[in-house]
Amino acid sequence: MAGMTVIVRTIARLLFPFTFLFGVYIVLHGHLTPGGGFPGGVIIASSVIMLLLAYGIERTQKRVGFLQAEVLESVGGLAIAVLGLFGLLLGIAFLQNVFPLGELGQLFSAGNLPLLYLGVGIKVTAGIILIFYAMLFAFRGEEK
Amino acid sequence: MQRVLALGMVLAIGALLVFTVSTNLLPFGSFPMRKIGENFENSIGQHILENAPQQTGAANVVTSVVWGYRGYDTLGEVTVLFAAVVGVVTIFRTFRRRE
Repeated sequence: MAGMTVIVRTIARLLFPFTFLFGVYIVLHGHLTPGGGFPGGVIIASSVIMLLLAYGIERTQKRVGFLQAEVLESVGGLAIAVLGLFGLLLGIAFLQNVFPLGELGQLFSAGNLPLLYLGVGIKVTAGIILIFYAMLFAFRGEEK
Repeated sequence: MQRVLALGMVLAIGALLVFTVSTNLLPFGSFPMRKIGENFENSIGQHILENAPQQTGAANVVTSVVWGYRGYDTLGEVTVLFAAVVGVVTIFRTFRRRE
């Protein structure tokens, strides 16, 4: 897949930062506004896939490789488990909040909920990209 | 003989279950009654709506349900996603090897 025409590439390059930023916003404001880790992760992944469709595999793979996506997916899952274990270590319960609650409606509030959503966001992003790569490489036969 | 015995046992257990449930011999937990209409302040949803911001500190009630009250459920969802990704990658790797 060699990529598409100049028009598509320019539009994709212009749209990529906004799509990415919107996804990050959805993930980080999961505890304040509708949204959260699952839809935000899908939006971030779709921004990367848009680049991939416009520019081809070779150039996108230098930025986000198969192995990186695999590692990120595991890191996201591990982050959730470790955050859950924090509560268990302090003797409350698994996934129980141990951080200060903060002020209602602020970005840094609600204890561990935004951190958990951040883990989910990383995990969903990496997972969707990984599925896309796996389907792509199945009919191309190379993997870095 | 065995079949008749088994069938009788199944029927007996079924009758016992129906009897127990229908006569309130065994209270089914202490779940608050949910009635649309005059008595809805008793429902668990209303309870969560009123207490979620104070208990979890999140302005979004959905988030406090998803990760606060039902964290285990969402952890299971994440595990399902992980299993799905692992399954897709495995299947397509086998695909590639065959070609």
